[in-house]
Amino acid sequence: MSMTPADPPSAVPDLQALLDFEFKPFAEMTDADYHRIGFRSGLEIHQQLLTDKKLFCRCPAGKYSDHYHAEVLRHMRPTLSELGEYDGTALMEFKTHKEIIYRINRNTVCTYEIDDTPPFELNEEALEIALGIAMLYQCSMVDEIHIARKQYLDGSIPTGFQRTTIVGVNGRIPFQDREVRIVQLGLEEDACREVSDVGHRRVYLTDRLGMPLIETVTGPDMHTPHEVAQVGEICRRLVRSTGWVRTGIGAARQDVNVSVTGGTRIEIKGVPRIPNIPLLTYHEAMRQWNLLRLRAELQRRGVTTAAFTTRTTEVTRILRKTRFQPVRTAIAEGQVVYGVNLVGFRDLLRWPTQTDTAFSREISDRVRVIACLTTLPNIVHSDSQSETLAAADWHEIKKATGAGDGDAVVVVWGPPTDAETGAREIVIRAREATVGIPSETRQALRDGTNGFERILPGPDRMYPDTDLPPKRIAADRLERIRRTLPAYYWTREAWCRTSGVPEDLVRPLAISPHWELFEKVVKEWGLPPALAAVALVQLPKRLRRKHLSTARLTSADFEGILAAHRSGRLAREGILPALVRAAETGQFMPEQLPPPLPADGVEAAVARGLARVRELDVPGPEQRFRTAMGLTMRELDGRAPGAGVARRISARLQEDTHER
Amino acid sequence: MSADDSYKGYRGEALAALKNFNALVWSDVEIHSTQGVFTGIILPRSETADPYHIVLKLRNGYNVGIAAAGISDIVIAGRKEAHYKIPEKEFPFDPKKPRVKLLGTGGTIASRLDYRTGAVIPAFSPGELYGSVPELADICNLETEKLYGVFSENMGPEQWRGTAEAIGREIAKGVQGIVIGHGTDTMHHTAAILSFMVQDSPVPIVMVGSQRSSDRPSSDAALNLMHSVKAAAESDLAEVMVCMFGPTSDEYGLLHRGTRVRKMHSSYRSTFRTIGDIPLAMVSRETITPLRPDYKPRRRDRNVTINTAFEEMVSIVYYYPNMRPDIIDSLIDNGYRGIIIAGTGLGHVNKPLYPALKRAQEKNIAVYMTVQTLWGYVQMYVYDTGRDMMELGVVPMANMLPEVAYVKLGWALGQTSDLEEVRRIMYTPIAGEITEREPCNGYLIFQGGIPEVEEFISRYHR
Repeated sequence: MSMTPADPPSAVPDLQALLDFEFKPFAEMTDADYHRIGFRSGLEIHQQLLTDKKLFCRCPAGKYSDHYHAEVLRHMRPTLSELGEYDGTALMEFKTHKEIIYRINRNTVCTYEIDDTPPFELNEEALEIALGIAMLYQCSMVDEIHIARKQYLDGSIPTGFQRTTIVGVNGRIPFQDREVRIVQLGLEEDACREVSDVGHRRVYLTDRLGMPLIETVTGPDMHTPHEVAQVGEICRRLVRSTGWVRTGIGAARQDVNVSVTGGTRIEIKGVPRIPNIPLLTYHEAMRQWNLLRLRAELQRRGVTTAAFTTRTTEVTRILRKTRFQPVRTAIAEGQVVYGVNLVGFRDLLRWPTQTDTAFSREISDRVRVIACLTTLPNIVHSDSQSETLAAADWHEIKKATGAGDGDAVVVVWGPPTDAETGAREIVIRAREATVGIPSETRQALRDGTNGFERILPGPDRMYPDTDLPPKRIAADRLERIRRTLPAYYWTREAWCRTSGVPEDLVRPLAISPHWELFEKVVKEWGLPPALAAVALVQLPKRLRRKHLSTARLTSADFEGILAAHRSGRLAREGILPALVRAAETGQFMPEQLPPPLPADGVEAAVARGLARVRELDVPGPEQRFRTAMGLTMRELDGRAPGAGVARRISARLQEDTHER
Repeated sequence: MSADDSYKGYRGEALAALKNFNALVWSDVEIHSTQGVFTGIILPRSETADPYHIVLKLRNGYNVGIAAAGISDIVIAGRKEAHYKIPEKEFPFDPKKPRVKLLGTGGTIASRLDYRTGAVIPAFSPGELYGSVPELADICNLETEKLYGVFSENMGPEQWRGTAEAIGREIAKGVQGIVIGHGTDTMHHTAAILSFMVQDSPVPIVMVGSQRSSDRPSSDAALNLMHSVKAAAESDLAEVMVCMFGPTSDEYGLLHRGTRVRKMHSSYRSTFRTIGDIPLAMVSRETITPLRPDYKPRRRDRNVTINTAFEEMVSIVYYYPNMRPDIIDSLIDNGYRGIIIAGTGLGHVNKPLYPALKRAQEKNIAVYMTVQTLWGYVQMYVYDTGRDMMELGVVPMANMLPEVAYVKLGWALGQTSDLEEVRRIMYTPIAGEITEREPCNGYLIFQGGIPEVEEFISRYHR
């Protein structure tokens, strides 16, 4: 959510060019279409780091629970930035007058997270990881890091700011035949999880608060929605391949910036899954394009920013007896109603913005977020074709607000101050339509569209953290980290493909946390790459399908099992059962291995298996072989390779036949 | 801009590099270094930071430090100086609202950032306060006067006297309430001494500070200011009080009696607690709720007694096992006239100290015993050792807090050197510093983990 570098000023396409192109359904859009509208997009990827503790306190990291023991209530007030300006978002959040409740679980949260204790020193483990990943992105490394406070007045952090620091800038990653710029890589603390936001009360869980994460910001270098997802995937795989990051739900979240020619850089926040990105960015591009077309239409009607006029009137009295239930109930509860006449806006509230979404939603969203009128519908308008207020009601409202045939009227209701704020926001948002696309952060919705979240924060909300001194990153430290950097996953993939690793295992193996073990057992021990890949990637996957997780097993656990195989203690067939036992107990212990096989162990087991087959009087040679094989292998418990056992059994069965 | 300010805070290698490329602070630059190219504005550097790095504010608002040694070029594109200013708006006057005077001594109740030190410095005018806490205008007509600008650890007898005298002047002018902005560390020392130096005030005297500086969005400063100004303007409690957060939540403040309050946590918002008693009142933005009837009520007159006597040669000795007599001896040899001991338990020190205490008695030094348990009374009759000490002239000081006893002894010795008279002053309660009884809810330190306490904190915002 930091600023990407200033985009070169893009020319506003002329009216005709705008009207020429209309968005097609998602599946029908071509690269040429995106090129035509000047689609540009960049990513801000937030990735939690795999550390034991949080970033600025010593609470355990990565322990989540909805259970809480206490609550703290806070409000947020805007303060000045270092350069002496109030931030726009800050003022907006202040207008909303939210009461913020923090739910606290004493096992995961201390007095630091609730801002009653100053920060402890930066977690060195997290810093080390951030520096390493910044180097993988080929960033220019910062010699002395400064902790900044990035203000968040939505309450998602009890201090009202996020402690954050830049460790590298101006990096890059290869993408197709070009490079995508990495603008910056920051190390910062994670925020709260929102539980609910109703009216003037917002509730947060604090367990995730303070977890170390890195924020990787790419340049606005992607030209189609699919490219955005592809670059997101490259970055995801790059950090995953280090084994230094957390995985699982919520461990990585993307903010996506989108703009079109003549549009504004809009940030869609908190996209949890990369596959959602194409549809989301498509819709944002569509929204911007349609808002530009709306502005063109307004200009055609003579509604320029200078000529923009509205008239707001309280219409509570007029609507006291309306049959429209939401308004009638509101008035009965002592709430008030305002009518806002948007002069010259007739039918424009229905102007499409995203799929099945119209301009009225832009207004409704603002009213919901800023005026805290969270019960929907929170507005109705005279362009609406669905049943809301009766024609007679509209007639009276139009009269009261002086609305003529070419105008549109929006009605908002709520407690007096909220309704007043709501009416003001309606005017603000409608005026912005004459200017273009307001700078906002928007939230990703499940259907692939997006909704207003808040005004886009700028660099004005950055403030140096006076609680912690700058920290020097010595050259020899950087050098030491540089020497231990893992190979890029694409280099690993290339090597795998030349060494006989099964193709379906190449991609997962290249980013596996056990890659280093893989290299060791293949290059130092001489195990076959395919066998090692199967043991490290395919077998764990098979266990997962049986709801048995190997997530708690470390490379050392896998190494113990593979070492048993290397020494001959376990056959290839013994690896899976050994993994199952380790997964069940959460770690590998040598006692889990079956006892060593005596020198004549295979021969003896085969003999016993065949004896049993004879006892059972199994009919038919095929059946006899399978039964003997099953019995013998069960007894051997993975200590001997199946092929050898099969050879012996066949030979003995043959002998039997001859003897008969 | 003076020559000094051109490279504000820089020294050594970093200063040399800036001078070499003629890059003044606030220059908009592109720095070429061995690490790469960095673009931004050169900021002043904290004077306590090392001499090796140049601080750059990047376009994205972040600051980074670049090692001067690796810089090969600084290309200057322009200049952008920051103008850090709290929006100043004239504090509105409403003839129907009470007059409240805010006296500033320092602290972070209203503050801004200082580039040289990287620390916050106070901002204070009524206009600045109105610009950042406009709600104050709904309560009163506010006037302000900056008496000092010191961190609270630097408050001392000179500032205490000056503050007491300023209070006297304001009462004579007819203000309806006084608020004193103060750093929180020694707020309870100042509250105690003002309780003795300013007696029988007709109006509330409310001390206030903040545990989170006002440059933070979650600061307690704004709400503390509102609470304290409301208490000063509207409350019926004409005493010296401390007004700070009740719980850590932004809900209500507590008005603590100046002689019974103490800072009890190094960083919590709800750090101030009344010790051995209950607070005077709760205060929210809407109401003031007295918690007890025995306060001194507001009067309409302008009479007040100001007595700023103070003897500075007084000390507190915090007893610890194995303390040696040389600690007491050195105070005696350095001419101290009064010693407050914070003793163990009911008020004890070890036997090896006795000869030193005897020497103090012979030298006519006033020695008083308080308890380091903070809660409870000194009782020197229970054990023989206590009686022995009283024989040596150590005077038990009931349930007076050690810091309160310290300032009161300085105040008493400032008035007389007759130890009998000093003892009379020390034993005469002036503002609740000694109480006859400890109410059964005066000592409630909840122990976390116990089911009933956990239930309590799950039910109420702390």
